[in-house]
Amino acid sequence: MILSMLMAPEQAAKAAETAQKAAETATEAGKTPPPWETLTPWSTLPQASTFAEGTDNVYLFIVVLSVFFFVLIMGVQGYFMWKYRRLSEDQKTSSITHNGKLEFLWSAIPAVLLVVIFVWGEVDFLKQAVPPSDAIQVRVTGRQWYWTVDYPDHPGVQLTSSVDDSTVTMMVPKGRPVQLTMTSEDVLHSFYIPAFRVKRDVVPGRYTTMWFEATQVGEFNMYCAEYCGDQHSAMVGVVKVLEPELFDAALAEAGRLEQDEGESLADFGKRIYSRRGCNACHSIDGSPKTGPTWKGLWGKQETTDKGTVTVDDNYVRESVLEPNAQIVSGFNGVKMPSYKGQLEDKHITALIEYIKTLK
Amino acid sequence: MADDKSKNDADHAETHEREPSYLVATKGLKSWLFTVDHKRLGLMYLGSTLLFFFIGGVAAIMFRTELLTPQGDYIAQMLAALPTWLGGTAGDLDAALAQSATTYNKLFTVHGAVMVFLVIIPSVPGSLGNFLLPLMLGAKDVAFPRLNLLSFWVYTLGALFFIYTLFAGGLDTGWTFYTPYSSSTGTAVVSALFGAFILGFSSILTGLNFMVTIHKMRAPGMTWNRMPLFCWSIYATAVIQVLATPVLAITLLLLMIERTLHIGIFDPAMGGDPVLFQHFFWFYSHPAVYIMILPGFGIISELIAVHSRKHIFGYKAIALSSVAIAIISFVVWGHHMFVSGQSELAGIVFSFLTFAVAVPTAIKVFSWVATLYKGSIEFNTPMLYALMFLFTFSIGGLTGVFLGTLSVDVHLHDTYFVVAHFHYVMMGGTIIAFIGGIHHWWPKMTGRMYNEGQAKIGALLVFIGFNMTFFNQFVMGQQGMPRRYYTYNPQFQQQHLLSSIGSYILFAGLLLTAWYLLRSLAKSNAPKEPLPDSPWGGASLEWDTQTPPIEHNFHGQPRVDTDPYNFPQIDRTGEVDHH
Amino acid sequence: MSSDHDSPKAHRPEGAQEPHAFMAHHFNTPGQQAGAAKFGMWVFLATEILMFSGLFLAYFIVRMHYPDMVLAAHEHLNKVAGGVNTVVLITSSLTMALAVRAAQVGNTPAIKRNLLLTIAFAFVFMVVKYFEYTAKIEHGMLPGKFYNAHEHGYLIEGHPHIFFAVYFCMTGLHGIHVLIGIGVLTWVYLRAAKGQFGPSYYTPVENVGLYWHLVDLVWIFLFPLLYLVR
Ligand code: HEA
Ligand code: HEA
Ligand code: HEC
Ligand code: CUA
Ligand SMILES: [Cu+2]
Repeated sequence: MILSMLMAPEQAAKAAETAQKAAETATEAGKTPPPWETLTPWSTLPQASTFAEGTDNVYLFIVVLSVFFFVLIMGVQGYFMWKYRRLSEDQKTSSITHNGKLEFLWSAIPAVLLVVIFVWGEVDFLKQAVPPSDAIQVRVTGRQWYWTVDYPDHPGVQLTSSVDDSTVTMMVPKGRPVQLTMTSEDVLHSFYIPAFRVKRDVVPGRYTTMWFEATQVGEFNMYCAEYCGDQHSAMVGVVKVLEPELFDAALAEAGRLEQDEGESLADFGKRIYSRRGCNACHSIDGSPKTGPTWKGLWGKQETTDKGTVTVDDNYVRESVLEPNAQIVSGFNGVKMPSYKGQLEDKHITALIEYIKTLK
Repeated sequence: MADDKSKNDADHAETHEREPSYLVATKGLKSWLFTVDHKRLGLMYLGSTLLFFFIGGVAAIMFRTELLTPQGDYIAQMLAALPTWLGGTAGDLDAALAQSATTYNKLFTVHGAVMVFLVIIPSVPGSLGNFLLPLMLGAKDVAFPRLNLLSFWVYTLGALFFIYTLFAGGLDTGWTFYTPYSSSTGTAVVSALFGAFILGFSSILTGLNFMVTIHKMRAPGMTWNRMPLFCWSIYATAVIQVLATPVLAITLLLLMIERTLHIGIFDPAMGGDPVLFQHFFWFYSHPAVYIMILPGFGIISELIAVHSRKHIFGYKAIALSSVAIAIISFVVWGHHMFVSGQSELAGIVFSFLTFAVAVPTAIKVFSWVATLYKGSIEFNTPMLYALMFLFTFSIGGLTGVFLGTLSVDVHLHDTYFVVAHFHYVMMGGTIIAFIGGIHHWWPKMTGRMYNEGQAKIGALLVFIGFNMTFFNQFVMGQQGMPRRYYTYNPQFQQQHLLSSIGSYILFAGLLLTAWYLLRSLAKSNAPKEPLPDSPWGGASLEWDTQTPPIEHNFHGQPRVDTDPYNFPQIDRTGEVDHH
Repeated sequence: MSSDHDSPKAHRPEGAQEPHAFMAHHFNTPGQQAGAAKFGMWVFLATEILMFSGLFLAYFIVRMHYPDMVLAAHEHLNKVAGGVNTVVLITSSLTMALAVRAAQVGNTPAIKRNLLLTIAFAFVFMVVKYFEYTAKIEHGMLPGKFYNAHEHGYLIEGHPHIFFAVYFCMTGLHGIHVLIGIGVLTWVYLRAAKGQFGPSYYTPVENVGLYWHLVDLVWIFLFPLLYLVR
């Protein structure tokens, strides 16, 4: 049954083509690591933080041990299976029932090895527990289903995550310790950067911290690792590691919300759309996300809990400043945060111009 | 006859003229639904747990299909396209797409919850435990037969609540019910919680019943050290069931109250502590994983000894390590929470204790392998599953050691590495042992023999399919593929594809298994003259009674004067056996 | 559970008087049966204790997080009522013990008398609880979102609604156990009235006794923890 579905041609075609699309967007998002990695799924993860190597060493040590014991056990088992297979019904079997020396050995040896593993892992773990005092402070907030990242030392700079867009979720300089102070506004999340081998739950109502020091320039995947509901798998982003000297400038640029000369109002709006994380909840291709899509939004008759309204300047303006004044029907699950005080009129006008272009 | 254990099984079968077996002793549906016969209850548990195994497995196959492609639209496309295959017009794709995330989350939650609460925890104790314990101990029944019947009906009631949950909007919290999500999501959490709550009591009552049975119902001469190792493992399991499950009950109760009345104990917004729930949950659920595996260990001990006609190696060590595991398992729950924000010290302590559990398990594995030494090994289906178990469980267990290592778990937590780990121990451990046990005691339970050839093919498919499904999930996890993701980074597609194809092979193997087992029950397959009491030449008491056993298990009171692994083929006895 | 000492066979032999009338077919000796029942009861009590221990843990965590709030909030519990109930339960434990003793010596009237007393005390306990609860409800000292004591002029710092959540969960679960206790006590009373217990067979009385002592014991812990915080 299921197999027959797999074979259904139009499905296969569509799937392949969409997979292709996904791959492309991902690539320009710098999400997929360099080709030699995508080519072979068995290649290893980049070691992009000071912790990575330590963790991998313990990992490899355990791999070697496990392989050794596994091969040992399976080897002996295989040998016995062949040597003592039943050849005749009345084949005699040995009468040994135990062997104290042997049993002591195979309890003691694993025990010792396990203690070694434990201590090793524990030492590395404690390294991760205490952040250096000179660490760059970064504040991370998890919401269903996107991240916002603020830099106390760079007021006004805010980055947000989004799946289908090349937004950078977090920028950090290479070779400088960075401390994340994290909290959640709704349910549990977990901030996970595989390339750095770091992960920490993000808990509502309290602050958890985590620190790392990047050792490689580049872009690395970031995931939400604690199940948090429908779009759990969309709470992903990219951590961009830059040379320290470029860091401040890049951050300032990322935070800057000014219309460049030569940039049309609509394009400016598009930039806000991704910079301010509207894209976390609003698609522009018609696909529904946490919020209604903006495709064909302009001038459309929207049914809200307060009745129907036409989407015009005032309505958009209201939606941004008091989002919950009118809740679009079917979207009363997750509330849209208000952007009062974060977006000025010029921004909203730009957004409106942008929305207009999304026919 | 039944009195003289060391005597060979074959020749006392006819000294008693056969009495009607427990299967036909009384007739009619009621004689089954309200039976207090531990053997019939065992069969009923067997049927129901396998049914739910099927349901949970099909859910898995469905979301494995979703994972064929990186973007999460596959199930939606299928749902939408389904009508066209049935000759109708395509369904509403957008509507389906909008739902596909929720659909996936509900699928894996149902899968996890069903597999844990309805399948693996009740499976072995409920079915084989019920059927075998009194037989192995030489008792007429468990200590509290009515309580036993009650447990079964309580189990059924809990199951009904789960089924109700499926129709009342499903459940999307993950089987771990973490707050605050579980206290805020819109799905039918309460009925699911209540179902698990009820199932908990079924588990407690069974455990209690078995503990008392083992303490008080052993036949004359059946000293603790003459009990088959299966009984020891069931005993250790019962201890955990009795001591850990009440905590689960109260936890679920609190969560239900939290959700319905918002009392705020777990709700950070009201000053509650969301992580407290995790402590509660794992305080039960870690010991629970040994509730799942210990009976499996017991089965393996029996299978390996019987099919190599060899005295089990290190009886005492195996027996006591079960108890050791049961005790230690109560103090390691924190290893599920290394990154949850609990104190570093707690993490270190839990990590250390976690490793302490590995040692007794290692002892068992080595002892099983040593049992094969100078044995007379026959590769019939039960034995194949036992050997398969040693392979898969060792992998599962060894990867547990990775997860117990603090710095490594920080990286691997909540990735597919964990998923692979617990499937290697649960599916590759318990379920494989369970299926092996079913084959081993099938003739005793049903009086029928299955088709050996098909059984071997089935075993092969299961072995290949299983490893294909889960092995590369370790790699995926190490590369940072998080679990509970319905869309994923295209980088992982090849591995997910491999995984899904593996799961289809596994499905095929299990379907075959189910098919030939059911077929062996058909009238047409009734054996000419009844099967021998001990088709494999097993020496423990259950092989001493008629096949299938009579209603009161034994003719007269069995007496025991030797241990259960004293096979005639063992050199010193010098006795030869003819079948 | 106790009902499992009866023959599992649906139909029971009429001869309820004959010596081992209550011995089930699958036991070999009455001793074995009694031993099984008693051991089973102890295991059951263990599960009960663990069940409550979960709540105790929750209590201690709350107290650890908000020591001052707990101190402030517990002042509003009625120490007198709590104290009275403690005495009541302890006495009921005594009468229960006497009932068991009476059963062992086969003094049916004494069994009945003491069981009745025990049941009576149990009711007293519930009545007192009833008045305590109504008071709490009037003062709006309720769990979680229902908490509105401030509207009734009681200002408690911190998160008192959590304390009362714990208070109601613990005393509530205990109260349910008392009610169940009343149920099984009545059941044993009726069987005693039929003169079914004597030196040769008194397990049900004994087990219900054990259960009742547990209910008492739990309260002995609840009372100081909730009412007499220091
Ligand atoms: C049958 C159930 C079962 C069993 C038996 C085990 C056995 C073990 N488990 Fe596992 N575990 C689960 C079921 C089980 N687990 C489940 C369901 C989860 C996930 C829950 C969820 O999050 O959804 C989980 C998750 C889990 C975690 C948390 C991972 C995370 O979420 O971050 C950890 C961490 O320590 C862990 C460790 C272990 C260890 C050390 C053992 C040990 O007992 C293993 C001991 C066995 C061996 C060691 C192998 C045999 C011995 C040898 C071959 C000899 C040589 C050995 C050495 C030299 C070491 N398990
Ligand atoms: C006993 C426990 C158990 C078992 C056996 C299985 C079996 C399987 N599991 Fe599952 N699984 C869990 C327990 C189990 N699982 C848990 C607890 C989770 C976590 C959920 C969560 O995150 O909350 C999980 C999660 C989980 C995931 C991760 C989902 C995610 O995180 O996004 C995946 C992905 O591949 C998966 C796959 C499978 C597959 C392919 C099987 C296959 O092995 C299934 C094979 C079985 C069948 C196909 C049914 C066929 C049966 C019959 C035909 C009847 C048989 C009859 C006889 C043998 C007589 N499971
Ligand atoms: C947390 C997710 C989220 C984010 C981030 C978000 N929104 Fe929304 N938005 C919603 C939801 C949910 C609705 C529908 C409910 C409502 O009307 O409040 C919505 C509705 C709207 C609407 C009305 C759409 C309609 O169909 O009527 C507009 C316009 C809008 N948002 C603009 C924005 C802008 C501009 C931003 C960024 C500066 C933004 N949103 C960021 C969730 C979000
Ligand atoms: Cu946020 Cu998962
Ligand atoms: Cu665990």
